[in-house]
Amino acid sequence: MLQASALSIGYEGRLVAAGIDLAVRRGEVLCLLGPNGAGKTTLFKTLLGLIPALGGEVAIDGRPIGALSRSELALSMAYVPQAQVMEFAYTVLDLVLMGRTAHLGPFSAPGPRDRQRALGALADLGIAELASAEANRISGGQRQLCLVARALAQDAPLLVMDEPTASLDLGNRLLVLARVKALSAQGYGVVFSTHDPDQARELATSVAVIAHGRLAAYGPPHETLTGPILSAVYGVEVTVERTESGRHVVAPSERGSQVRAPSMDLH
Amino acid sequence: MALAHADGNHRSAVVLILLALLLLASLLLASALGPYPLMPGDLAAAVMARLGGEAAPGPVDTILFQIRLPRVLAALLVGAALAAAGASYQTLFRNPLVSPDILGVSAGAGFGAVLGILLSLPVIAIQGLGFATGLATVGIVYTLARALRSQNEILVLVLAGIVVGALAGAGISLVKILADPYNQLPAITFWLLGSLAGIKVSDVQTVAPLVILGLVPLGLLRWRIGVLSLGDDEARALGVNVRFVRGVVIAAATLITATSVSVSGVIGWVGLVIPHMARMLVGPRYDRVLPAAALMGAAFLVLIDTVARTAARIEIPLGLLTALLGAPVFVWLLARGRRAWS
Repeated sequence: MLQASALSIGYEGRLVAAGIDLAVRRGEVLCLLGPNGAGKTTLFKTLLGLIPALGGEVAIDGRPIGALSRSELALSMAYVPQAQVMEFAYTVLDLVLMGRTAHLGPFSAPGPRDRQRALGALADLGIAELASAEANRISGGQRQLCLVARALAQDAPLLVMDEPTASLDLGNRLLVLARVKALSAQGYGVVFSTHDPDQARELATSVAVIAHGRLAAYGPPHETLTGPILSAVYGVEVTVERTESGRHVVAPSERGSQVRAPSMDLH
Repeated sequence: MALAHADGNHRSAVVLILLALLLLASLLLASALGPYPLMPGDLAAAVMARLGGEAAPGPVDTILFQIRLPRVLAALLVGAALAAAGASYQTLFRNPLVSPDILGVSAGAGFGAVLGILLSLPVIAIQGLGFATGLATVGIVYTLARALRSQNEILVLVLAGIVVGALAGAGISLVKILADPYNQLPAITFWLLGSLAGIKVSDVQTVAPLVILGLVPLGLLRWRIGVLSLGDDEARALGVNVRFVRGVVIAAATLITATSVSVSGVIGWVGLVIPHMARMLVGPRYDRVLPAAALMGAAFLVLIDTVARTAARIEIPLGLLTALLGAPVFVWLLARGRRAWS
C-alpha cells in the first residue's frame, strides 16, 4: 500500500502544495486531477521518490520510501511516464526488458527468463506482435502500452501512471483505459493522473483533486467529481449531468461557461 | 538498418565474432606492412621462436617485437578506448552527436602535454602531465556542475565541459605563442594532430592496464548504463542508482580518453563516428554497442595507423587521416537519416 501523510511537495525554496494525505491499496485506482501547474507532476515525482518531500512522508507498506534503495523502490512501484520519442531506436522488446533492471544483479544483463517475462507482459496487453518493432515507429497508443508492459515486467504491485491517455486518439485512449481497468481487477494498485473527470469517474475507486496549493478534494468519485468542486477547481462553471444510459458526464453549465475566480472556500 | 528483430542476441553475437576476426586480420596486416615488410612466414617464425623462449635470428624479432608490435598494440588500445568512451558518453548524454572530449578531457590533456613540451620535459613527463591535466579538467567540470545544483544535471555538465574546455583551449593557444617557433611549435602542432610514431614497449605497458581498468567497469555496468539513456527519472524509477552509475561512466570514460590522448595526442572522429557504425550493426543497446564499438575502433585505428606510417615517406598525422575519413563518413551517416544514427 502506498500512503502519503501530511505531505508537502515542491522544489528547493518553492512550496507547490501542502497537507496532502492519500492512500492506494492493491486493486484500487486513485485518479489524480488538477489544473495545469497545480502540482500533479510534482506530486508524482515525490510519490516515486524522485524528488524529496518538503514535509510529511510517503510510505510503502508502512516503510518510508526514504529508507528504501532504488532497487527496493522499483520492486514495489513501477512508473509509467508519458510516451515520448526516444533518442535511440530501441525495439519494443528492449524497452520492456529495461523493466527487469531491478531484478538483475548490478553486473548482469537480462537473461532468457527476463525475456520470457517481457514477452509475457506484451502478450498480457495484447501487443505481443510488436516485440521486434522499433519503439519510435509505432503509434502513440501502442508506445504508451509498451511503457505499461515495461511496468508489468517490473513485477511491482503498484503502477504510477502519468497522464497515460494524454495525446492519444479516442481508440487508443479507450484501449489504454480498458487495460488499466483490467490491471486493477488483477490486483494492481494504480495511481493515474488525468485531465478528464469523466475518465476518472469511469475508472477510479477514489479521486484526489490537487489545486490551489493543497488537496482540494479527496474521496470516492461521486463525492469529489461534482459540479461545484470542479467549477471551483478549474475556474469554469460546469455541471455534472446524467445521460439516458445512466452515465455521468461533465458539461459546461447551462448558464454559460463564464469564468470565475478560483475560489479557496472548498472543503 | 537499425536492428529490428527479437533475436538481436543472436545477430549481435555473430557481428561481434566477425568484428573480432576483422581486428585479427588488421593486426596481421599491420604487423606485416612497413618499410621492412614481413611475410606471414616471418611473422609465424618470430612468434614461434618467442613462444619457444628465444628470439628469431636476424632483424625480424627486433622489428616485430620492439618496433612494430608496440605501435600496433597502442593503436589497438587507443582505438578501442576512444570508441568505447564515445559510445559511453553518447549513451550517458542521450545524444548521438557527443564525442569523448565532451567534458573537456582532450583539451585538458592537450594543455598539459603542450605545456610539458614548452618546458622541455622528457617524454614520460609530458605524457604524465597530459594525463593528469585531462583527469583534472573533467574533475573540475564535474565538481562545478555539482556545485551549481541544477535540476538538469546533464545540461549543466555539458555546459561546464564547454566552458572549461574552452579555457584549456585558450591555454593551448597561449603555450603555442610562447613556444620556440623552430623547435617546440612543430612538436606541439604534430602532437595536437595525433601520432603513434614515438611509441615504445614501455608505453604499451603503461597504457594497457589503464585502458583495461577503464573498460572493465563499463563492461560490468553495461545494462544499467544503457538504462540511463532513458533519462534520469525513468532510470531511477527502474531501480538504477543514477548518480553512482553516471559517476562511474564519467570516471571510466575519462580515464581511458586521458590515457589515449596522453600517449597518442589528439585523434578526433574515432569516438564520434565508430559508435554510430556500431549501432548500425548491432542496434542501439549499450551492452551490445560497447563491445562492437571497441572492436571496430581498435581495428579502424590499427588500419589507419598502418596507412599513417606506410603511405608516404613522412609520417602522416593520425588526426588528419581520421578527419579525412571521418568527415565524409559522418556526412554519409547524416544523409541516411535519423534511423542511421539511432
